[in-house]
Amino acid sequence: MAMVTPFMRTDMLEPEQAPRQESGVIGWLRHNLFGSIFDSVLTILALLFLIALLPPIFEWLFVNATWRGADRSVCATVAQGGTQPDGWSGACWAYVGDYFQQFMYGTYPMDQRWRPSLVAALFVILLAPLLIPKVPHKGWNALALFVVFPIIAAILLLGGVFGLPFVETAMWGGLMVTLIISFVGIAVSLPFGILLALGRRSKMPVIKMLCVAFIELIRGVPLITVLFMASVMLPLFLPAGWTIDKLLRALVGVSIFASAYMAEVIRGGLQAVPKGQYEGADSLGLSYWQKMRLVVMPQAIKLVIPGIVNTFIGMFKDTSLVSIISMYDLLGIVKKSFSDPTWVSPVTSLTGLVFAGTVFWLFCFGMSRYSGFMERHLDTGHKR
Amino acid sequence: MKKKLLSAMIGAAVLGVGAPAAFAGKLDDVKAKGFIQCGVNGAGLLGFASQDSSGNWSGLDIDYCKAVAAAVFGDATKVKYTPLSAKDRFPALQSGEIDLLSRNTTWTISRDTQLGFNFRTVNYYDGQGFMARKELGVKSALELSGATVCVQSGTTTELNLADYFKANKMEYKLTVFEKQDEVDQAYDAGKCDVYTTDQSGLYAIRLTLSKPDDHIILPEIISKEPLGPAVRQGDDQWFDIVSWAHYAMVAAEEFGITQANVDEMKSSTNPDIKRFLGTEEGSTIGKDLGVDSAWAYNIIKQVGNYGESFDRNVGEGSKLKIARGLNALWTKGGLQYAPPIR
Repeated sequence: MAMVTPFMRTDMLEPEQAPRQESGVIGWLRHNLFGSIFDSVLTILALLFLIALLPPIFEWLFVNATWRGADRSVCATVAQGGTQPDGWSGACWAYVGDYFQQFMYGTYPMDQRWRPSLVAALFVILLAPLLIPKVPHKGWNALALFVVFPIIAAILLLGGVFGLPFVETAMWGGLMVTLIISFVGIAVSLPFGILLALGRRSKMPVIKMLCVAFIELIRGVPLITVLFMASVMLPLFLPAGWTIDKLLRALVGVSIFASAYMAEVIRGGLQAVPKGQYEGADSLGLSYWQKMRLVVMPQAIKLVIPGIVNTFIGMFKDTSLVSIISMYDLLGIVKKSFSDPTWVSPVTSLTGLVFAGTVFWLFCFGMSRYSGFMERHLDTGHKR
Repeated sequence: MKKKLLSAMIGAAVLGVGAPAAFAGKLDDVKAKGFIQCGVNGAGLLGFASQDSSGNWSGLDIDYCKAVAAAVFGDATKVKYTPLSAKDRFPALQSGEIDLLSRNTTWTISRDTQLGFNFRTVNYYDGQGFMARKELGVKSALELSGATVCVQSGTTTELNLADYFKANKMEYKLTVFEKQDEVDQAYDAGKCDVYTTDQSGLYAIRLTLSKPDDHIILPEIISKEPLGPAVRQGDDQWFDIVSWAHYAMVAAEEFGITQANVDEMKSSTNPDIKRFLGTEEGSTIGKDLGVDSAWAYNIIKQVGNYGESFDRNVGEGSKLKIARGLNALWTKGGLQYAPPIR
């Protein structure tokens, strides 16, 4: 009688590798690019499109580009009065190089440009630790960035005290103005937006009415109108010879505008917080402000991070509207340089716009990536 | 909170500087503050007002500001420029934010009356013109019958074009674009034979075409765009100085006085030139105008005569190479004419 040895598995089988066609690069390609005939056709069309488009762009931007030169002659063909062979077209980076300082600082006096540079360095030093979650003392850091820093920045940039020569804001320009307007807009709109959103949901009729009226009034007019009113109408009402600084007018305009939009974004977050959270906080005996600060706001703001960052990005780009009131943000100052006879050529304006676009993209993309990081960092499992 | 602090700081700084010397005449105001606040084209206009990479302004309109500063202060550098857009230029002058608007502004009756400004001098006679491809072989706008014309939509340019072709019984095909950049590109790409806009603009656009030499700017001008400086009504003495600054530049060209020879001319015995340069005994021309007796000398020495300024900024000596045309002296078939300085 044969002994039947019962089969007993002593160790688990190693999992087989997935079939080659389903894994690795090939699998990925099959799933994502060639899943069906329709997908395959789309993929091939997209590839052809890229092959046709990318090399000429690359060539224009880098290969044919001129990097050095003193005036338009290096960026124009012989027929256009320059030195390049006929039919040449490429980016004129020499012009961006010549104008780089002005694109950054506007017409801020040359020998004083260390001041905006110092302000920028301070800003980075204060902002970086605030953005990294692990660094401690967030409260003090925020206080330094949003209360102390603006005062120091204003003193440094304006001057007129401590032996610093006064630099009027008409001489500010370029990326510097873009960043100042965005920073002030962001720094003002968040707290004001929160207050307006709370006010709008308040049970006190006067406060509620005021907040609704403010938000709806501001949201009902385009930013360009607000800026234009502030720039053109305001001086007519002031006593003769008195002016309010143009940059200040733009700052106030942009700030109230961004606050109204921010209020609505945050109100969305407030409404998404379950009623039980409000009631739970009430039942603990928290006061209104404690309830909002400790229970509701942290949840509400976390929910609307994409909306908040969206508003920030929108505002960052909206700063170029200040050129309507003859203030020069980055785009404005790039456009103004097109009229300089030293550099005018068929490729100058295109190069300038590519440069401005790249700078804007870098900042907006940075903000967007950081908001994505923050969302993941704060994800505590409510996401569906 | 921090915003309020910032606002207060900026506000205080600016108001402190901006306090006016109230109610005196404009000239006294300007002399008291020590510089002329001159409103110029903020977007930049090739040849008229542009800022180089180190922030220095130059152009025909800029030279006007400098000439007035030279007359008032004897120093052409005592100018501060306020860049203005087409929309905010008039309120800026009305509110007194600027002393002088020198921003390629067309002199029209409604601007002179309704807006409360004064115009008198024209530092550039502009007007709508035509640019055509040389291969068409046309020498005059009257030969343009049947051409395809590129134009920006919704402008008076479009209406002038229709009137001109109708009046001369010519046919044309219209290609209309919303933005000027689009018109430029379409014309460069050969989508039309003719481009029409203000003539000074045509010269600037030609510089950005891929083959500038293949295009010709036709001599006809079919509309009137006299560009000149404006001041606010009611500042009569100031208005006189602004006007005579231009006339001095034109008169100098008539006399043949240039930046280079103005010092030699000082010893001239010609009574006209002596009066002009303030070297005549007992002459009160400068004093009556409210400026130094060497006002005209200062303008010519520091800015140059009208012809020199024109040549340097928009004429043969510049990249634009605009012909003098209507802006030639009256003795040479143009419209630039200075009243007698005596």
